[in-house]
Amino acid sequence: MEAIKNLLFRMADDELIYGHRMSEWTGMGPIMEEDIAYSSMAQDKIGHALANYSILEKEFQTAIPDKLAFFRKENELMNSQLVELSNHEYDFSLVRHFLFDHADFIRYEMLSTSSFVPLAQLSKKIKGELKYHVLHADTWLTRLGNATEESHARMQSALNELWNYALGIFEPSDYEAQLIAEKIFDGEKVLQRKWMEKISPIIEKANLKIPSSSTPVYGGRKGYHTDQLQPLLTEMAEVISSEAEGTEW
Amino acid sequence: MNSSINTNAEETKASPQGRFGGAAIYKSLEEVMDPEIPTLSVIDMGMITGVEETSTGVRVKMIPTFTACPAIYVIKDSIQKKVESLGYDNVEVQLDDSIIWDSDRITPNGKILLENFGLGTPQRHCGNFGMEEIVHSKCPHCGSEDTTMNSIFGSTLCRSTHFCFSCKQAFERFKPV
Repeated sequence: MEAIKNLLFRMADDELIYGHRMSEWTGMGPIMEEDIAYSSMAQDKIGHALANYSILEKEFQTAIPDKLAFFRKENELMNSQLVELSNHEYDFSLVRHFLFDHADFIRYEMLSTSSFVPLAQLSKKIKGELKYHVLHADTWLTRLGNATEESHARMQSALNELWNYALGIFEPSDYEAQLIAEKIFDGEKVLQRKWMEKISPIIEKANLKIPSSSTPVYGGRKGYHTDQLQPLLTEMAEVISSEAEGTEW
Repeated sequence: MNSSINTNAEETKASPQGRFGGAAIYKSLEEVMDPEIPTLSVIDMGMITGVEETSTGVRVKMIPTFTACPAIYVIKDSIQKKVESLGYDNVEVQLDDSIIWDSDRITPNGKILLENFGLGTPQRHCGNFGMEEIVHSKCPHCGSEDTTMNSIFGSTLCRSTHFCFSCKQAFERFKPV
């Protein structure tokens, strides 16, 4: 039970934090289509976070989703550090989107045959929606990787900067063996292998290179975060913490 | 029309109010519209998965189109009010997590209504579609196939943005999902 809860929290927190980061492009996108794309994907992510928190509430009697999303302390959040980093420029945001969404898509694909039925059902649904996120990321990565000298250099430098953080997505939990044995989830190792197989040819097609040396940035899954997370959490909870208990909208 | 609809109670079994009728309730939902596409009902969208009698009243089962559909609570509420307006007291609208919505569930009539509303429609894909199906849409304005996709996202989660070379109009399309 702790194993499933841990898995759900990792996923939900990733979606919640990343959804908020994506939403920061609303009104700020470099072209209108991209503004709309990030806004739509942000909406999806927050919805996916809500769905995962709802399973936690329903199956494990945790607090309600709003409480889980807005009233936990920074060190209680289990998102990977990759998703909490500030957006920086568009190249940085795009490369993160590419790295994260492929992992997210494959994770839900793997979970769609999970022995934990509520998660399997949700995953079947979500993976269909994530198909569009992955397509969006692939389109821009290959386009900008192959466009001008500047766009190529920017994409490569963002990839270099983000690579170790992306490997941090797959930080093993204390429950890997149990999740695998109980056929709940095949584990972070398998996910990482599938992810590498999937993204490598696309990165090549974009004329970019995977950094040769790598040291995964772990910690996020255990509640250790960068100094970029707390300001985001404060902003996210600004409205809800100013409300009197029981306020209805 | 929809094999998964459970209307087994039909008019034969009496409700506590003495007039339970699954088919009649189902039919009444043709008047409950999707707030994002107000000419389409929840039936046309394929969102209703069951109408059942419970020991105390009626249960309507439904599924959201997208996980993050913001309209879901409005739709739930509209269904509840609609069935209550037929005279039922204990109406429960339940999200059915055993069935997953996809765009193949939109009825043929629903697709006609989508086009009339000005949206391109998704082709039937039986769970298997790729870039080709996502990119290509018939123009809902002039019917031309000579179109291009501008963005796989649009003004709501369920739409992508396209352009027709024939009538030179931009249009949105209900995505294949």
